[in-house]
Amino acid sequence: MADKLRATQQLEQLQARYVGTGHADTTKYEWISNLHRDTLASYIGHPQMLEYMAVGTGEPMAKLRTKFVERMIQPVGKPPEKED
Amino acid sequence: MADADFDEVRRLQQERNSLKKSKTFDPSTQRTDNSTKVALTDTFDTTLYDRTGVDKFAGYNTTVGGDDDEDMDMQDGDGTRRLVGQYTATKEMMNEFAQDDDFDPMAAHTKGNQIAERETDYQKRRFARKLSPTRKDGFAEDNGEGRSYKEVMQERELEREEERVRRRIEDKLKSGESMDDIQHEATLKAEDKEKDSSAEGTRKRVCEYLSLGVEELLTPLKKKRWDVAGDASTAATEEDDGAKKSRSSRWDVAGAPDATPVVKRSRWDQAPSLTAATPVGNQGLVTPIHPSSSAVPQMPLTFGLGDRNAALSDEELDEMLPKEGYVILQPPPGYAPIRQPARKLMQTPAPMASASGIGGFMMQEPENARQIGKQMPTDIPGVGDLQFFKAEDMQYFGKLVDGADENQMTVDELKERKIMRLLLKVKNGTPPMRKTALRQLTDNARQFGAGPLFNQILPLLMEKTLEDQERHLLVKVIDRILYKLDDLVRPYTHKILVVIEPLLIDQDYYARVEGREIISNLSKAAGLAHMISTMRPDIDHVDEYVRNTTARAFAVVASALGIPALLPFLRAVCRSKKSWQARHTGVKIVQQIPILMGCAILPHLKGLVECIGPNLEDEQAKVRTVTSLAIAALAEAAHPYGIESFDSILQPLWTGAKKQRGKGLAGFLKAVGYVIPLMDEEYANYYTGEVMGIVLREFQSPDEEMKKVVLKVVSQCAGTEGVTAAYLKEHVLPEFFKAFWIRRMALDKRNYRQVVETTVDLAQKVGCGEIVERIVDHLKDESEPYRKMTLESVEKVIASLGAADIGERLEERLVDGVLYAFQEQSIEDIVMLNGFGTVVNALGTRTKPYLPQIVSTILWRLNNKSSAVRQQSADLISRIAVVMKQCGEDALMGKLGIVLYEYLGEEYPEVLGSILGALRSIVTVVGINSMQPPIKDLLPRLTPILRNRHEKVQENTIDLVGRIADRGAEFVSAREWMRICFELLDMLKAHKKGIRRAANNTFGFIAKAIGPQDVLATLLNNLRVQERQSRVCTAVAIGIVAETCAPFTVLPALMNEYRVPELNVQNGVLKAMSFLFEYIGEMAKDYVYAITPLLEDALIDRDQVHRQTAASVVKHIALGVVGLGCEDAMMHLLNLIFPNIFETSPHVIDRIIEAIDAIRMAIGPGLVMNYVWAGLFHPARKVRTPYWRLYNNAYVQSADALVPYYPNLDEERLVRHELYIVV
Repeated sequence: MADKLRATQQLEQLQARYVGTGHADTTKYEWISNLHRDTLASYIGHPQMLEYMAVGTGEPMAKLRTKFVERMIQPVGKPPEKED
Repeated sequence: MADADFDEVRRLQQERNSLKKSKTFDPSTQRTDNSTKVALTDTFDTTLYDRTGVDKFAGYNTTVGGDDDEDMDMQDGDGTRRLVGQYTATKEMMNEFAQDDDFDPMAAHTKGNQIAERETDYQKRRFARKLSPTRKDGFAEDNGEGRSYKEVMQERELEREEERVRRRIEDKLKSGESMDDIQHEATLKAEDKEKDSSAEGTRKRVCEYLSLGVEELLTPLKKKRWDVAGDASTAATEEDDGAKKSRSSRWDVAGAPDATPVVKRSRWDQAPSLTAATPVGNQGLVTPIHPSSSAVPQMPLTFGLGDRNAALSDEELDEMLPKEGYVILQPPPGYAPIRQPARKLMQTPAPMASASGIGGFMMQEPENARQIGKQMPTDIPGVGDLQFFKAEDMQYFGKLVDGADENQMTVDELKERKIMRLLLKVKNGTPPMRKTALRQLTDNARQFGAGPLFNQILPLLMEKTLEDQERHLLVKVIDRILYKLDDLVRPYTHKILVVIEPLLIDQDYYARVEGREIISNLSKAAGLAHMISTMRPDIDHVDEYVRNTTARAFAVVASALGIPALLPFLRAVCRSKKSWQARHTGVKIVQQIPILMGCAILPHLKGLVECIGPNLEDEQAKVRTVTSLAIAALAEAAHPYGIESFDSILQPLWTGAKKQRGKGLAGFLKAVGYVIPLMDEEYANYYTGEVMGIVLREFQSPDEEMKKVVLKVVSQCAGTEGVTAAYLKEHVLPEFFKAFWIRRMALDKRNYRQVVETTVDLAQKVGCGEIVERIVDHLKDESEPYRKMTLESVEKVIASLGAADIGERLEERLVDGVLYAFQEQSIEDIVMLNGFGTVVNALGTRTKPYLPQIVSTILWRLNNKSSAVRQQSADLISRIAVVMKQCGEDALMGKLGIVLYEYLGEEYPEVLGSILGALRSIVTVVGINSMQPPIKDLLPRLTPILRNRHEKVQENTIDLVGRIADRGAEFVSAREWMRICFELLDMLKAHKKGIRRAANNTFGFIAKAIGPQDVLATLLNNLRVQERQSRVCTAVAIGIVAETCAPFTVLPALMNEYRVPELNVQNGVLKAMSFLFEYIGEMAKDYVYAITPLLEDALIDRDQVHRQTAASVVKHIALGVVGLGCEDAMMHLLNLIFPNIFETSPHVIDRIIEAIDAIRMAIGPGLVMNYVWAGLFHPARKVRTPYWRLYNNAYVQSADALVPYYPNLDEERLVRHELYIVV
């Protein structure tokens, strides 16, 4: 009992600190959204990667970066309808 | 030092040793036993039994008597023989009760726990406070029930009036004036006609209280009240009043025939109120009475608490009354038994003299099972077994045992009982019970509601017999439910404050912190406006205690909600024109804020200072004093910044300091003293010069408080930049030494500390020599405390400034003085030891001429009768050993070594420990090679001492042995080292971690010296022992041996040992490997493939712990071989470990997850995550949970590295197109 309690508390703390972490009730949508956000953040965070993509797509790096940042809002579209 | 001295000392020593009569100790060689053979009749455990020589059977009867058999003839018998034996109880049993059985071994224990027991009178005043009625929530929609702010303020005003009148009367009575013909004007005017009945009640109380000859004071008030009633009655009352005025004493009242005898009873006629001190039942008011207390009718104390007067139970009545021909009637519907308030029942209170609450003579009453059963309910229904249940708990939790039918209760009653049960579990339950109950309370807090919860918790907290633990738990409950209740808590804010505020002035630090936490949470929940409206009426409360605690609580509110939010209110309070108490409290709040928040006040410093600035010139002396103290607190917190904020008050502060006298001056001086260090050089210099005049004058003050303040000011001024050494030397030092370096100052602990501190601070500026020069002669003073004070000052000064400043002549006087003080001490004190050590170390090579003298002092003291003296001198040797080496006194050290060596037979463990410590320090500085006595003699003597159980001895021996093993292992034979190894195994059981660590390290040194084989064999054998700690330490030692002697010398033997079909041994081997691989790190790469088959076997074992330990081995290997090309092996191990992720035991699963994490480091996240993706969205939650745990770990530790390895998602909009770009 005590251990379970501690585990939940630890998980809550972890989730408060790292948005991308999940738990048994995480939906696929949430996970994939985070996955995409992390991916986009990683592109932006590695200038060489961004440059490579800029060359590949023919867009300037700054534009690409903005595009990526904006796409982070809903990277895989709207959340699915809640079904009760 | 002359050799003759040494010989003399040694001779004395030998005499002492030979007196010890221990046959096993041979004084000529100093060895315990010089024969290698063991006598078969000897006892080996010398710590318990003496060795041979002493008659084993001493104390026993060695012969069987022929004629003195006591059993055979009976002195008191009638001479005839009985055929049946007489059996009776033993003497001890019969005498057991004959002794004085008043002594209760638990009494001291139970008393100490109660909080009220250790409180000061001031703190006990908290019991005088009552839980006030519920207040209105100004923010709530329906405004709820309870009293409004206005009503509370009115009541406070009445209280003040009451207090004023009472004081007035006291003054009059004291001055002996007659009260008759003075008409006092009441400050309360007629306009408050609409005052509620409670106000009326208070006024009446005033009358009753003041009883004799005071009615007159209030008659105007009364008359006005009756005026309202109507014309007809007015006349009558007017007349009546006239009559009243004419009579001079109340005796006339009875004389008047027709007047209804409304005799005012003097307060002597009444039983004192029981309720004032207790929280429950403020009769007639809306005050919450604890729900259960009314249900349990109270027995008046006068009846005696004995069982004789206990109410008859139903069973007893059944037994007494005839059964036939009678019917037991049901009580008529609506019947409720009359419950008299306890106050009425109680005519004269029983004197509370004895512990049982009853004074005077009492008949001894036999213990009665019935009563015991009543007192100690073994099991509360619905609660389970509690840790304890106190008599006082019955008052609160009695309802739970009344056996009422829960099916017929209303929801509210059920709720109340539920809360009661949970609280009882929290308060008295076992830890697991507490935990669950606390959780239930927290989770359901909003369903229960604030009212029912607090009405039960708060009276519990006001209980007088509350203990620390209970208070802590209840406070914790409040803390938790505050979070959940949030704004529902508002009506109860004041009640909570009444209970929690006393925590703020508790002696216990943690209680204070707890109190602060609650108040800050409370203010966050209730909001600033509500907090202010709740606490405002208490700011000018008549009781100083209430004002004080309120100020502290306000400071906490300020720190929780921010100073700027509270500042406008504070400003208004500090300028209150109505009462000086309000101003005083306002300033006190400002004083508490910096004490609480420290330098966090800096952004708001100006506001705070300006807020209290005008109060420096208040008309009330108390307000002025507290203002100066507040400024001191602000300046202290702001140091070294913020002088510009104090600009506005510098002038009044300064004039105040010049004008004031006595107690007021102390505060102002303190403030000036704290402000000066903030100033820049020039100003500081100027102000110091100015203030020093006052300070020097006050040096003569007899007031203790003033002494403290001037000392503080002096040390602060001395610390400021602008003050020069020349100035201090010329103006301050002579006065200072004249006033404070006197014997009397050393007698009081607080003065003592202050003087030492100030002297050290002065020395920082004027230099070491100057100060030491002045006080060095006191080292030879006749008063011991004074010598101590001097030496402590000298020690601190020299420790911080060094001895370079000390001239040749002074040096002589100093060493002489220190030696004198050291020798003359009557109680061995650490201060003397520290002082001596510091002085000698600071002087360094300059000590050389004095060393012979010092050493001879030490030697003589080493031979002293008193163990404390011997211990102290041994300790001194360890302190000065380094200096002796610097002075080149190797010969002297050799002699000291020999003397110490001869003292190894010391019987006091504390002293023995110190002697070993001294030996160690000599070995350290002299070096193993030139050590006297030679190591080969010393070490064998240490081996038996290793068996000593005393921690200090163990620690020092192991340290010494370890050092020898490290530096000079070759001096001793391998056999001796092996013997030591065996002794060391026992050390692994030591409680102190330092000892176990030292023992482990020593294993490493010994293994290095004599090769690992033998040591390892010893250690491997030790893996078979039962004790867990011992096995763990052995495993650690094996790891260390492997580290020092290279793993290949150890691993084969270890792996071979794993083949022993015994779980403990195999586990031990794995554990040892775990440590081994942790220690050797990268070296592991050469052994990975060798060890893999063993790990394979271990990881598929049936035993959980086995797999757990194997997993920790894997973890350490994997972390060692990161990037070293062992990926294939790691992958293989991962395959074996991965199925274990469904383990549930916390230790096992933790190790497994750690191992997987470590392997992820070794082979990269991509491969490991391939295992993880499969389970993240598995239909079964039991499967998903551990997989998510793995994912979270990977995500936290290497989120970026995961990006390329996320699985490919099929749906069009989920594809990460950018990754497919190819240039």
